[in-house]
Amino acid sequence: MRLLTARLAARRRSRLAGPIVLLLGLLLTGGAYALLSPAQAESTGSDTDDVAKGRELFLVGCSSCHGKNGEGVVDKNGDNYGPSLVGVGAAAVDFQVGTGRMPMANPSQQAPVKRVAYNDEEISQLAAFVASLGPGPAIPDAEKYDPESIPEDERQEAIVRGGEFFRTNCTACHNFAASGGALPDGKYAPSLLGVEPRHVYEAMLTGPQQMPVFSDDVLEPEQKRDIIAYLQSIEEQPKYGGTTLGSYGPVAEGMVAWIGGIGVLVGFAVWIASHTARSSRKGTKA
Amino acid sequence: MSTHAKTAAKPAKPSRVGAVANWVDERAGIATAAKKQVRKVFPDHWSFMLGEIALWSFVVLLLTGVFLSLWFKPGMGEVIYDGSYEQLRGLHMSEAYASTLEISFDVRGGLLMRQMHHWAAMLFIAAMFVHLMRVFLTGAFRKPRELNWMIGGVLLLLGILEGFAGYSLPDDLLSGTGLRIADGLVKATPIVGTYMSFFMFGGEFPGDVIVPRLYIVHVLLIPGLLLALIGAHMMLLVYQKHTQWPGPGKTEENVVGYPMLPIYAAKAGGYFFIVFGVTALLGGLVSINPVWRYGPYNPAEVTAGSQPDWYMGVAEGLLRIFPGWETEIFGVTISWNVMLPGQIFPMLILGGTLLYPFIEQWITGDKREHHLLQRPRNAPNRTAFLAAMMSLYGLLWAAGGNDILAILFNLNLNHITYFMRVAVFVIPPIVFWLTRRWCISLQRHDHEKLLHGYETGVIMRSPEGAYSERHLPISEAEAYYITAQEPEKVYELPAETDMNGVANRKARAMKLRARMSKYWFGDNVPRPTREELEAARLHAEHELAQHDPDGHQHLPAGGYTGSHELDGHPVDGHQFDGRHSVEGEELRKH
Ligand code: HEC
Ligand code: HEC
Ligand code: HEM
Repeated sequence: MRLLTARLAARRRSRLAGPIVLLLGLLLTGGAYALLSPAQAESTGSDTDDVAKGRELFLVGCSSCHGKNGEGVVDKNGDNYGPSLVGVGAAAVDFQVGTGRMPMANPSQQAPVKRVAYNDEEISQLAAFVASLGPGPAIPDAEKYDPESIPEDERQEAIVRGGEFFRTNCTACHNFAASGGALPDGKYAPSLLGVEPRHVYEAMLTGPQQMPVFSDDVLEPEQKRDIIAYLQSIEEQPKYGGTTLGSYGPVAEGMVAWIGGIGVLVGFAVWIASHTARSSRKGTKA
Repeated sequence: MSTHAKTAAKPAKPSRVGAVANWVDERAGIATAAKKQVRKVFPDHWSFMLGEIALWSFVVLLLTGVFLSLWFKPGMGEVIYDGSYEQLRGLHMSEAYASTLEISFDVRGGLLMRQMHHWAAMLFIAAMFVHLMRVFLTGAFRKPRELNWMIGGVLLLLGILEGFAGYSLPDDLLSGTGLRIADGLVKATPIVGTYMSFFMFGGEFPGDVIVPRLYIVHVLLIPGLLLALIGAHMMLLVYQKHTQWPGPGKTEENVVGYPMLPIYAAKAGGYFFIVFGVTALLGGLVSINPVWRYGPYNPAEVTAGSQPDWYMGVAEGLLRIFPGWETEIFGVTISWNVMLPGQIFPMLILGGTLLYPFIEQWITGDKREHHLLQRPRNAPNRTAFLAAMMSLYGLLWAAGGNDILAILFNLNLNHITYFMRVAVFVIPPIVFWLTRRWCISLQRHDHEKLLHGYETGVIMRSPEGAYSERHLPISEAEAYYITAQEPEKVYELPAETDMNGVANRKARAMKLRARMSKYWFGDNVPRPTREELEAARLHAEHELAQHDPDGHQHLPAGGYTGSHELDGHPVDGHQFDGRHSVEGEELRKH
């Protein structure tokens, strides 16, 4: 990480860097305005519709814990029954409901991933409703999170960068192979294998539960995409050294050494020793 | 065959090889020395081969290690990786890590060799452990073998250090995290800790000298020490001769088994290939230490599931469950939470292991030489102590892997820690007590078998409808095996004052010793006396004599005893075990 930023910093100092950045900035803001503003204008009509439908769904499925207006419910002991959803944004809903975490079945340490309860349309309606409660991160566009949108010739470098970002920001909780890890108090960081790129992106954006929020100031959108590209690449890579034992590291290896190694070798020792028992009768006679 | 065979081996017909051998021998004089060794006798039992696993995996380590050292570059200088592993290509990393990646991905057979090397390392240390356990359980460490026990203990320590050094070489994220912990342990030494750490790492951690230093330690220093000590271990073994299980013809004075050549050597040689084969299979099929997934070491990074290899798991577990005790004295923080589990306890364990033979000697007062092994049940306290230690080991290893347990079994990390903090004090004593009781009841069982014979499984029903099981005397060999044990003597407390009424200054130690000795032997079931055995034998003969060779059985004069006759058919069951004739017996034909 240190090395990488150093390298990037070195590039930044090149003579052309200033004008290029300026140009890029102009292009981006211009392009974004051109792309987004009419689209938003277009979707406002159905937006109010979505919000209304979303409110209905919310009242039925979510309000028992999050309150009728998503203001949150506090129980007698002052504990949060369900937190306030004001300002969590559409991305949080898309993540929570899209991975099957919400609606939570019963209050517990952590909402587990379940079968998804709503279809895509309903999820977007719920998201629209929660987004209407207060400004928050929106559901990202596909080119933001989809590694396919990285040009072919830059992909390898993006993956390497993504690996560095992943190791710096995520392995502490999610394990080096993204196979998950335990956190204090019965909480856990789940495995990231098989999670949809959009949900990975939204997780970083909204920081569910114990997970920190990786806002765009901390990890730029492209860096998030690099991480997703890295995750995909390690999922697709062959198992170089043989079976990976769940990627749980040295503890699993130790178990194999004892059971598959010493166990088998002791078995062979017993076998060898018992096979001379026959000649041992001869031996005692001799 | 015994070592005291008088006849020397006859020389084979001279051949070309023989001629060369002769030429060498006439100059080096090896054969005369070797002849005696070649005819050395080794007893045979599977548990005597456990040490061999360690020996052969050491050979595998040497072979694969030399292969690795041809490509490994023990440097911490920065290079840009441009090998075949895509996910890391273009990244800055140390030479050590880059060359480990090169061995894994660009050297033919390199990954196999790396994995075999690592699996062999795990097996090497595990085998030393089980070998130690065998020696411990059978009392093979007793006089005159205390020295060899201590050599074995040092070998185990060196093996663990060697493994740790090797684990640190590739300079990946886990290596570095391991070194970071080692750094913490060193720094926890009061006053001089920081100096020691700077000395070790050539400055602030991680510095750029630790890998080259560990490399020398790993390929030169410790392997050299290991070789020398293994040599000493084997020489002592040959000189003192192997211990053996008691049995007819096997005494404290002889060794019964096979000569070194050809039988023993063939078996041992064959076993090498089995160890090699198992290591190769593991190395080829099961991934170990996938350093490319960990990434290069970076002090700013850490990963969930950071664990040391299993043999360090105990230290890790101790560190993880230890409460965070610290004291501040004169502005110096003493980190008990690191010092106790990381420095003091390991030293205590090491010291206790090395000195165990002497501790036991002190308790039992047994200074005799022993060449016959003891069955684990006949030393209940020793056996139970090991069982307790094993349970402690298991608990601590589990504590070291608490995050893995939590994620695998959906447990709460904190609960595991709280549980372990209590369990390490509660479970080993329970295990101790249970094992001790178990051993003693096995002793009772032996006693029964000696005096009343073994259970034949033949159930008989009397005319009244009562059921009983027949017992038969055990074979002489088995009886010998069971009874072969020197008499035990509980240490007697000497008079507290000597003849002149002067108080004995060592009285307190002696009292402790007497109390421990009493506990040590107190509950053992005494061997049956000669008279008891004689009586039992007479009784058994008498019972057997009640059966006529014609296969019929007659009520003895004394009246009904529990063996019965129905319609003139023998019903003692022995028509099925060949003890007497079976004419006219229908069942046997089918
Ligand atoms: C049984 C109670 C319960 C129900 C029903 C429930 N939630 Fe939640 N919700 C929670 C709790 C508790 C949390 C906080 C803990 C967590 O994230 O696991 C939460 C968190 C959330 C969050 C994340 C808030 C943040 O800060 O990022 C969102 C979004 C959310 N819920 C949406 C919904 C929606 C939409 C529904 C209806 C489909 C719903 N919830 C139903 C209890 C509930
Ligand atoms: C402090 C620990 C922590 C860190 C650091 C962290 N996460 Fe998480 N992450 C969590 C926890 C805890 C959850 C589970 C939240 C829940 O279930 O509500 C989670 C959930 C996720 C999920 C959802 C997985 C699923 O099964 O739906 C994704 C994706 C994810 N994290 C990605 C990341 C990425 C990418 C990073 C690095 C940029 C990261 N996390 C860093 C703790 C962490
Ligand atoms: C005697 C017992 C030995 C033990 C317990 C042991 C253990 C280890 C371990 C655990 C590793 C890490 C392997 C990995 O990357 O996964 C390692 C690496 C290494 N060992 Fe050994 N080793 C031993 C002997 C030797 C010998 C005799 C040599 C060479 C003469 C050697 C050379 C190396 C080299 C060069 C590496 C680094 C290469 C790499 O990590 O890929 N080892 N050793």
